Amino acid sequence: MTTARATVLGRIRDALALAPAPDTAVPRAYRTGRTLPDDARLALFTDRLVDYKATVHTCTADRTAQVVAEVLRERGARRIGVPAGLDPRWLDAYDGEVQQDSGDIPAPRLDALDGVLTASAVSCAETGTIFLDGSPDQGRRALSLVPDLHVCVVDLSTVEAGVPEAVARLVPQRPTTLISGPSATSDIELERVEGVHGPRTLAVVIRTDV
Amino acid sequence: MSSTFLGMPATPPRSPYGTGNLRGDRKFPKAAHDELRNEQLRRNLGRATRTIRAKRLAVTAELPDWEALRDAGSAIKTETMNRLPELLEQLERNVTERGGTVHWARDGVEANEIVTRLVKATGSSDVIKVKSMATQEIGLNEHLESAGITPYETDLAELIVQLAHDKPSHILVPAIHRNRDEIRQIFLKEIPGVDPRLDNVPAHLAAAARAYLREKFMTTKVAVSGANFGIAETGTLAVVESEGNGRMCLTMPDTLITVMGIEKVLPRYQDLEVFLQLLPRSSTGERMNPYTSMWTGVTPGDGPQDFHLVLLDNGRTAALADRIGREALNCIRCSACLNVCPVYERAGGHAYGSTYPGPIGAVLTPQLAGMHAAKNDPNSSLPYASSLCGACFDACPVKIDIPSLLVELRHQNTEQSGATAEKLAMKAAATVMRHPKFFTAAQKGAGIGRVIGGRDGTISHLPPPFEGWSASRDTAVPPKQTFRSWLASDEGTATMRAAADEHAKNRKTTEEEK
Amino acid sequence: MRIGLFATCLGDTLFPEAVKSTAVLLARLGHDVVFPPEQTCCGQMHVNTGYQREPVPLVRNFADQFGDASIEAVVMPSGSCAGSVRHQHEIVAERYGDAALRAGVATVKAKTYELSELLVDVLDVEDVGAYFPHRVTYHPTCHSLRMLRVGDKPLKLLRAVDSIDLVELPEAESCCGFGGTFAVKNAETSTAILQDKMRNIASTGADVCTAGDSSCLMHIGGGLSRIRSGTRTLHLAQILSATRTSPYAPTEAVR
Repeated sequence: MTTARATVLGRIRDALALAPAPDTAVPRAYRTGRTLPDDARLALFTDRLVDYKATVHTCTADRTAQVVAEVLRERGARRIGVPAGLDPRWLDAYDGEVQQDSGDIPAPRLDALDGVLTASAVSCAETGTIFLDGSPDQGRRALSLVPDLHVCVVDLSTVEAGVPEAVARLVPQRPTTLISGPSATSDIELERVEGVHGPRTLAVVIRTDV
Repeated sequence: MSSTFLGMPATPPRSPYGTGNLRGDRKFPKAAHDELRNEQLRRNLGRATRTIRAKRLAVTAELPDWEALRDAGSAIKTETMNRLPELLEQLERNVTERGGTVHWARDGVEANEIVTRLVKATGSSDVIKVKSMATQEIGLNEHLESAGITPYETDLAELIVQLAHDKPSHILVPAIHRNRDEIRQIFLKEIPGVDPRLDNVPAHLAAAARAYLREKFMTTKVAVSGANFGIAETGTLAVVESEGNGRMCLTMPDTLITVMGIEKVLPRYQDLEVFLQLLPRSSTGERMNPYTSMWTGVTPGDGPQDFHLVLLDNGRTAALADRIGREALNCIRCSACLNVCPVYERAGGHAYGSTYPGPIGAVLTPQLAGMHAAKNDPNSSLPYASSLCGACFDACPVKIDIPSLLVELRHQNTEQSGATAEKLAMKAAATVMRHPKFFTAAQKGAGIGRVIGGRDGTISHLPPPFEGWSASRDTAVPPKQTFRSWLASDEGTATMRAAADEHAKNRKTTEEEK
Repeated sequence: MRIGLFATCLGDTLFPEAVKSTAVLLARLGHDVVFPPEQTCCGQMHVNTGYQREPVPLVRNFADQFGDASIEAVVMPSGSCAGSVRHQHEIVAERYGDAALRAGVATVKAKTYELSELLVDVLDVEDVGAYFPHRVTYHPTCHSLRMLRVGDKPLKLLRAVDSIDLVELPEAESCCGFGGTFAVKNAETSTAILQDKMRNIASTGADVCTAGDSSCLMHIGGGLSRIRSGTRTLHLAQILSATRTSPYAPTEAVR
């Protein structure tokens, strides 16, 4: 008996034999390899984040702990989760309860947390997008998804100008999540409304000197 | 090579007749007749499409290289189709190496069986679903239900449609035909334990959906998704979404089953740099959609540890066998063509009878499922559901020439339809018009129209098949004199001479002024 | 310039005033207007309705009538017929024609223009010396806009008209709902589209709605006449050919 695999591949080859097409070269005349000065990237990235209702806090690396603590306090987050590889010094000024994530914790239990604090892999200024790639300082995908508040630390050196520059820095095999603002829907009369299943609050802490 | 080449290549089959959701039960004009009477629908669609059109134009105008991105997107998809066998084999190899299992489905029936078998193997009687055109196309939900498995749609619009026992009417926003008041009513009636004080504020409606689905996300062991892209080079799959329901389904369950049309493969990971710009700006009019998830096989300790990819044909190879029509396979399901289409805006998605409505649906549906002339197939009416205005072509991020495809499919339909009255009339018209003498005689015959015209020189009622035209339009009686007879007349000659003289006089005046 | 005038079957038979205006306008601008008498129809309706074998003789006749090298340019007062000659004739010739037809089609394709293209691009004129003291709104027909890409050429011509009160049409680039046999096969959807177009036209308070296609104007004008609108339709050529010495005088019954 012929397998479905052989049948489908055979049909494709038949189709291409019946209607052969000339080879096409892909023109890539769109913008790639763009660089922007730090202040321009910061301004653009901030503008895009704010446009999509994320809150933005900028600081230097030495003030990370203070700013993180302030953001968590403002949001009333008393109990937060962190990935195992997060820099512990970022929590020095936080007085709430910290739950370090591990594979033993069933993902639904993360729902009991008030928020989550993670680092990030890459960002794209032009679209206001943060890329998480599951590195130890970002954790598994469920961690940054289930809690209702996501505080994300972004180093300005990881913010690229546009999408091609950001995609070029990704490691394809890593589970990658692109985040552009808090969860939202346009399903009711095509009007954008923030806050559905993903975190309803996204707070971004941009460190301008790293 | 896995298949042996024996002589002539065979034309691949369409999606089997009578399966899935690629065919309505009546032709477009008849379905549109009812939809057009729904004033609420007309208002909802008009408002929603106007909103999204403005947003899309704003964010596409923002990019100075938008046209270059379209060119690249179009070429990448064309390259994909040309290299489809090797790309699918490469995708399969990479997914398998990373711990996933790849299945092939010749059609929707086979895909439904595969998914049902996989769900049953987990012992779960529930599945959560991410919005997916492919599973809608094959009628997976109906099939799962018949096997005792309950599918929960988690996209807000899909949820609205499912709760209302309705059908999707838009590729991106399946509940676009519903306004906030209707959605509120549906939620009040169908969501167990919903707060009876729920009002019609979209944010509150979204919150109600969040509360309802939260428990499902936390407890359901199996999810079914579609895929926007599958990268051959790396085995990476991508789902582009907004609400986080996609992230939930792709992350929380133990088992993930992804159903992907074979045309969704892309050659290189780098190609995402093009499509992650084209898709969000074209579909929701955003610079970037809130969430995109990309995963490659199974990642230990993160997300589902049991991953299955079902590669679906279901008529796609039949479309691929058409040199012109195959361009429709380049579609990335952004729905920009729906939002700019004057026909879609008035008739709505249900009139098309297929999972794929609007301009792209009118070319994709007949190619996937056929337009069986002998069966008086409703799909044979779809290529005619267009004024050929071309707005869809301009909006398409991968530059699918939808008007030309519509004209091509109309041609295929007339070729398959045998000797119809219309064909005979067209032949007769061409015969008359190829002979200038006949044509002139026929023009004189048109003067008969003067007889049926009213005293004011207009015709207000015409016989079939023109009665629909005259229901809302007056037609002038043909003038006494055609252009050619005027031109040959003394008056025509004199007028043309006078015009030429005027030019000579003017030129003389201008020269004298100099 | 020696310009071949293609009247189009619709213009020749039902809307001769638009064709007369085109001829007079070009003659007044000093051009030699020739009318190959054996011309008939471009076959657009056949192709758009799905018939590609049947219009082969029409495509051949068009190429024969206008192929002569003494004709430097071919003009027609119709964006959709020009679109057919430029985009559809080669499809028909490729599939059902012979080498001679393919060559003939390529020859005429290269020198075929819609009226506003001919005036602005080829003859390099925007002010044609017209006089039209009425309030006018312009509807860009789909095939002139998106198939031929005439852009704002018709508006440039209209802006240069003496005493014209040109008002912008809201949602101008939306289709009027005609679409040839679409208006017959899907008459109700076509009407629904037309209603929105008429609403936008009414909002301008224009005396005249103009366009470059008699076919779309037949549809819009038919609708306006039925609702007893105060706005009438008029082909662009009729405005451009009106002057102080021979101003526009209505003759058509359907406004």
